[in-house]
This record gives sequence, structure tokens and C-alpha cells, in this order.
Amino acid sequence: MEQTPPDPERPLQPAPLEPLGGPGAVLEAAGEETQGTREDTSGVDTMTGNNFWLKKIEISVSEAEKRTGRNAMNMQETYTAYLIETRSVGHADCQSVLTDSLWRRYSEFELLRNYLLVYYPHIVVPPLPEKRAEFVWHKLSADNMDPDFVERRRIGLENFLLRVASHPVLCRDKIFYLFLTQEGNWKETVNETGFQLKSEPEGIQHLDPVVRPCVPLDLSAVAHSSQRFTELKHYSDELQSVISHLLRVRARVADRLYGVYKVHGNYGRVFSEWSAFEKEMGDGLQSAGHHMDVYASSIDDILEDEEHYADQLKEYLFYAEALRAVCRKHELMQYDLETAAQDLASKKQQCEELATGTVRTFSLKGMTTKLFGQEAPEQREARVKVLEEQIGEGEQQLKSKNLESREFVKNAWADIERFKEQKNRDLKEALISYAVMQISMCKKVASPHEDAAVAAVAAGSEVHAC
Amino acid sequence: MEGERLASGSSELAVGESPRGGAPIPGGSGSCSLLQADVLDLDEDEDDLEVFSKDASLMDMNSFSPMMPTSPLSMINQVKFEDEQDLKDLFITVDAPESHVTTIETFITYRIITKTSRGEFDSSEFEVRRRYQDFLWLKGRLEEAHPTLIIPPLPEKFIVKGMVERFNDDFIETRRKALHKFLNRIADHPTLTFNEDFKVFLTAQAWELSSYKKQGPGLLSRMGQTVRAVASSMRGVRNRPDEFTEMNNFIETFSQKINLIDKISQRIYKEERDYLDEMKEYGPIHTVWSASEEDLVDTLKGIASCIDQCCKATEKRMSGLSEVLLPVVHEYVLYSEMLMGVMKRRDQIQTELDSKVEALTYRKADADLLTEEIGKLEDKVECANNALKADWERWKQKMQNDLKSAFTDTAEENIRYYEQCLATWESFLTSQTDLPLEEDSEDKI
Repeated sequence: MEQTPPDPERPLQPAPLEPLGGPGAVLEAAGEETQGTREDTSGVDTMTGNNFWLKKIEISVSEAEKRTGRNAMNMQETYTAYLIETRSVGHADCQSVLTDSLWRRYSEFELLRNYLLVYYPHIVVPPLPEKRAEFVWHKLSADNMDPDFVERRRIGLENFLLRVASHPVLCRDKIFYLFLTQEGNWKETVNETGFQLKSEPEGIQHLDPVVRPCVPLDLSAVAHSSQRFTELKHYSDELQSVISHLLRVRARVADRLYGVYKVHGNYGRVFSEWSAFEKEMGDGLQSAGHHMDVYASSIDDILEDEEHYADQLKEYLFYAEALRAVCRKHELMQYDLETAAQDLASKKQQCEELATGTVRTFSLKGMTTKLFGQEAPEQREARVKVLEEQIGEGEQQLKSKNLESREFVKNAWADIERFKEQKNRDLKEALISYAVMQISMCKKVASPHEDAAVAAVAAGSEVHAC
Repeated sequence: MEGERLASGSSELAVGESPRGGAPIPGGSGSCSLLQADVLDLDEDEDDLEVFSKDASLMDMNSFSPMMPTSPLSMINQVKFEDEQDLKDLFITVDAPESHVTTIETFITYRIITKTSRGEFDSSEFEVRRRYQDFLWLKGRLEEAHPTLIIPPLPEKFIVKGMVERFNDDFIETRRKALHKFLNRIADHPTLTFNEDFKVFLTAQAWELSSYKKQGPGLLSRMGQTVRAVASSMRGVRNRPDEFTEMNNFIETFSQKINLIDKISQRIYKEERDYLDEMKEYGPIHTVWSASEEDLVDTLKGIASCIDQCCKATEKRMSGLSEVLLPVVHEYVLYSEMLMGVMKRRDQIQTELDSKVEALTYRKADADLLTEEIGKLEDKVECANNALKADWERWKQKMQNDLKSAFTDTAEENIRYYEQCLATWESFLTSQTDLPLEEDSEDKI
């Protein structure tokens, strides 16, 4: 991946901040005061400085609406649009005033995210809520138009925007700002950045461990960081695997639990009917039946809460993918670096051979020379000169690639540390909320049972009274 | 002679059930394979549950219950003191099933131990072995002798299409418990307990019993009775007294309801078992996760442990279900069929009378003979009706008590379950939210 020079095709907007230590162009957030001039992505301590978005702005995805329109192939389609409202919070009075409000659909969120992935390869970019409903159990619908799914997606999209807005680097991005403020023409604006051209070529998706150069190079620092990234990649694989397993089984548990509760509802029906003709036990049966109904219907709320918990875990399932993206980018840079180094080394060797006349490496030129006689000294000198030029260039390139790589590693690790802390906080909170849910479920459910027991006893004592 | 009398014994004693308030010790997952011919539809839109084929219904319970007393003496500790003042002087246990293999067949026998202080018994203690067929014989004899008494139900014969394991452990254990109940209910019945065939059943050695069986009314006469019964039931009874019509209606509705409850209860058991299976997989995932998250180890392991404890509580709850509720409900399903048979027999006796009376109006020739027969039949009808009325009240009382206590026990078991889960999760939560305080104090040190 080459360093991205300021794109000449975007003369009208300030460029997004160069992520790789190039000259930082400050984001002019249309009228807002910016704090600090130079982006400093060294990590946590810049958070407060760069959180000017959150301090001053509230973002919410407040509504969802079904719409029909024409798609790219001019066919009618139905989709859901989401209303994004941005409010600025006044300094003095903390009153919020609606500053922007526009509608976006899911595909536009995807576009935004893809853009961020390309322009900030060293950042763990927050994930979007799932495109299609997965880990579905009996009662949940897999239909994207289902109101419950749409509602959960709305929350997920809001969460995404808040995550981006609270990220020290991403929050300053111009395109993100426009996403929130410029309804029409935003897509064209994004596409004009040409980010799609910069995204990874399809071929280099999975790399094997890099081939060692024949000539020793000082790549020890690189090797160390490679190890860190390898560990990170393993971690993200594990995280993804364990969370998907957990979500799958949780869905099955939910299904079964739903079954248990709902079958109890049948008791309710039978008891009620029975109370009609069993005069002596009538009231007791009626009451017991009622409580069974309450019990059976309590499961709906319980499982809805749990679905929210599942969504929290899902976010980190998708975050694992974002982590992997950063690792992959690192791999690519490594590959690029080592290829360049190898290339340089072999050129140097060639040069040396020509100068001294010894042949150590095989080359077609060398062979033909042997076969057809030595070349003239002038020819040799010319070749040496060319090579020396190339070597010079190559050394420059290698230097800058090394620098680039080091910057990348530094910035990436800063963000990864930030991410880790966020993850630990969030997951712990989610797990504890799970316990809280279990507790409230036990409390909620114990009472209908108690009431049913009391009713049954009452039924019995009525009998004895007769 | 040992006097095994109790201050206030109970004819309501259902030996073998767990004492009130006690919970069976949670067992491991036994080889529970609940068979159902149809699957209940969970759709709430349906007004009725799908018809459940009785022949295929196998009550396959969790058999890990140590509550089964091994000797009549231990039953004394389990007596529930009820209002009736009957003194119990006949104690029966059914246990120790054994398999017997002959060239023709394989069958199971059960050991029956009887302890009694009654004079008419030659001894105070008896031990015999009986097979299911013998129980069937006994039931048939009791029905013949007391056609309008409510004979306790026998567990079903095992008729399942294509099923090979006739002698699976759970099935045998369930049957054994039901047979035990059967004999004890007879012993508790004020009339049946003195039945001669019953006595022979409890005391005679195997060969004695065989020869005794042959003495009964022959095959042909039994067939004749059956034919008459079928004929009269097809004619239908005309003058059924109101109270018996009411009784009949009650029985029909009761039968319908209890069958539904039986289906529901079994379905709940199955759903809970499936739920338990999934939970058992769910908990450990958190432990696996904790291996890759250094900062979340305590939280994750804590959750895994809570889920594990809830699983144990679920197992306990389920075995409570299978020990208490399911057997009782199922027994009353069988009772309801029994009751319909009783009603039929009563009707049949009345029909005999009615047809003779009718004959009298048309055939004056045999007037004297017919009148005499009618007289006898009128007595018979009156006896039958009174016997049934008395037994009916007794049965209804018992039914209400049994069902009430079964449901109450189940509800209490459920409450215990939720209380236990609540405690588990609350203690976890406390440990998690106290933690930051601990860390702070460490920093200060």
C-alpha cells in the first residue's frame, strides 16, 4: 500500500487527516472551533481533546421508515430509511438544539464504513449492526422488514455513529461530518474521494508467512511487531469463534425456554375450562389458571431483553473482523517492505558482481556473457551506473517504507490499546447486565408460581370446607 | 404378633410418593427417552392440543429416586395423617424386579412383601413373586366381584409399534411404582381389602396361584358375560337416575381434562429436558472464553459457574416433576378410563333389570318366574348403585386431594428452583460489583 497523497480530485474540501504521519491537514468542522492543530494519535490522553464532537453534539437515530423507490436497475424496491438527528448542546445552558436532521439507508452507512476502512487502515473501525438477522431462534423473524429487527437495527446504527463520533481520530473526518449534515449528494462526494480505487486488490487477501530475504536486513523491529500482530490475529479469531458459538447456543436456549413457558400456558386454558364445571374447586382452579397465563406470557419481555444483550455481544463479534482488517493491513505492509528490501539487496549484489567480475547470482545476462564473451568495459560501466541509480532510489524507497511501517505500527497499537480498554469495559458491563436480567427474571417469575400454589391450596381447602 | 398399628393411619396413604416437602435427590441424566406418537403444536392459535395416541404413551421417567422404601416398616415414617380413622393393618411393598427367561418367552417378576396383623391371614409376613399377567388377573377378578366399585388402575400394557426394548430400566421402574400403588390402594379400600382373590394374590406361592386361577369361572362363561355386556351397551340404558347421569357427565369432562393435563405435563417435562441440555452446553462456553480474556476471567468464570448451578437446580426440579406430578396425573388418566368402565357396568346391570321388566309386561306366561328374577335384579341394582355412590364420594375426595397436593408440590418445587437461581445470580452480582472497591483499597496500601 502506498502512502496516499492528497487527492487532487478533491479540491473543494479539506483532505481527511493523513493517517501515516504526513503533514496533517486540520479538519475544518464547518464553523466549530477545533481544538489543537496537529493530529496526535498517540492514544488515550488525546481523547478529551478530540472529543469535541461529543461535548458539543448529540447524535441519535430516532426513527425508521419504510420506503419504496427505484434502485440502480430502475426496479421498484422497498427499503428502510433511518432518521439521523444531530443536536448541538449549548455551552452555558446545556440545552440541545436540533442542528441537522436527514434520512439515510443502511447501504449509505455501509458506504461510510468502507470509506473509513480505506482511509484509516490503522484504526479498529467500529462495526455496523448485522446486515441480515443471524442467530435467529423460533420466535424471531429473519425478515429484514420485521419491525423488531428494524428497531434493533436502528439502535445498532445509532451505536455505530456514537462510536465513530467518540473516536479520537475518526470523529474529525470530513466525510463523517458530511454524512451527518449533507443529505443530498453525499454519496457522490464519497465516491469522488476515489477511495474504492485505494482499497485492497482482491488478490492479496491472505498472505503466507513472509519469505525471508537472502541478505540479512535489520528487520528485528519489524519481526517484533509481526509477532504482536500475529498474536492479535489469533486473539481476534478466538474472539470471533467463541462469541459465535455463544450466540448460537444462546439462541437455542432461548428457543427452549420459550417452549417451556408457552406450554405452561396450556395449563392456564385447561384450568379455566375445568373450573367451569368442577364446582368445588372452581375458584382455586380459575385463579391457578390465571397465574399460569401470567407466567406463560412473561417470557416475551424476558427474551426481548436478552436479545439486546445478544446485540451487545454481536457488536464485538463484528469488532473481531475489524481487528483482523488492521492485522491484514500490517501483513500487506510487511510483505511490501520485505519485497522492496529483497529487491534492493539483489540489485546491490548484482552491482557488486559487475564491479568485481564475479558471478554469484544467476542472471540471463551473465549466462549470455559467458556464452558470447565478456562485454565491453563501457557497457559494464553503463550497467553499473544504472544499477547504482536504481539502488539509490531503492534505498530511499525502503527508508520511507520503513518509516511508514513504523508509523503504522505505532498508530495502530495506540488504537488497539484504546480498543482493548473499551472492549473490556463494555463486555464486563454486558455480562453483568446479563446477571441482572437473570435476577429480574427469577423475581418476575417466582410470584406467579407462588400465587398458583396459594390458589391450589385454596382450592383444596374449599373442598374440605364442603 | 407384631402390632403395626398407627395412631391415625390413613387409607389415603400413597406409599412410594416422596413425603411432602422433601425433594428427591437430583440424579444424573438417566436414559430418559420419552416417546410420543404425535408432537404437540405450540401454536397458541390452536384451541385444542393434538390428540395424543394413548397406546404409544410411555411414561419414561427419571428413575433416580432413592425414596422407594425397601421394607414396609419404613413406610410408617411416611404416613400422612388424614382425617379418616382407619387403622392400617396391611402393608405391602413391590420391589426387586427380576427377569426370567424361558424357551417361550421372557418376562419380569416383581417381589411382593406383605406384612399384616389380620387374623384371617395364616402368617404375619409373606413374600411372593408376581408378573404383570397376575396383576391383570387380579384386577379382572375384582371387577367381576365388584362391578360398580372403583378399582384402582393398573399401569398400561406395553404396546408400542416396533419398539424392541420392552424391558428398559426406566420402564420397569415406572411400572414397579405403579404396581406398588395399585396394591396399596386396594389394601386401603374398605371393601376390596377383604377380597379373597386379593388375599390369595398376596400369599399364594406361584404354583398355588396357577391352580387357583383355573378354578374361576371358565373361559366360556366369561365370554358369555362379555357378549351380554356388549349387547346391553349397544341397547343403551333408558332409566338412568339423574345422579348417575350427572356422574357420567362429570367423568367425561374429567377424563377430557385430565388427559389434556397429562399431555401438557409430559410435554413440559420434555421441553425442560431439552432446555437443560442446551444450558449444559451454554455454561462452559464462558469458561472457554475466559481463557483468551485476561481482564474478564473472573466475570466469565463466574457466569459459567452460575449457569452450572442453575442447571443443577433445573435437574432437581425435573426429577420432582417426574416423581410427583407426572405419575399422579397419569394415574388419574387411567382412573378416568376405569370410571367409564364402572359406569358401563352399572348401566349394564340396570339394563338387565329393565329388560326383564319389559319382558314381564309382554309375556304374562312366565310372570312368577320373571317377578322372582326381577326381585333379585332390583336388589342387585340397588346394591350396585349404593356401592358406586359410596365409592364415588370417596374417590372424588381422594382425587381432589391427590391432584391438589401434586400441583402444590410442583408449584413449591418451582418456587424453590427460582429462589435458588436468584440466590446464585445475586451472589455473583455482589462479587462483581464489590470488586472495584477491593482494587481501590489495594491501591491505597
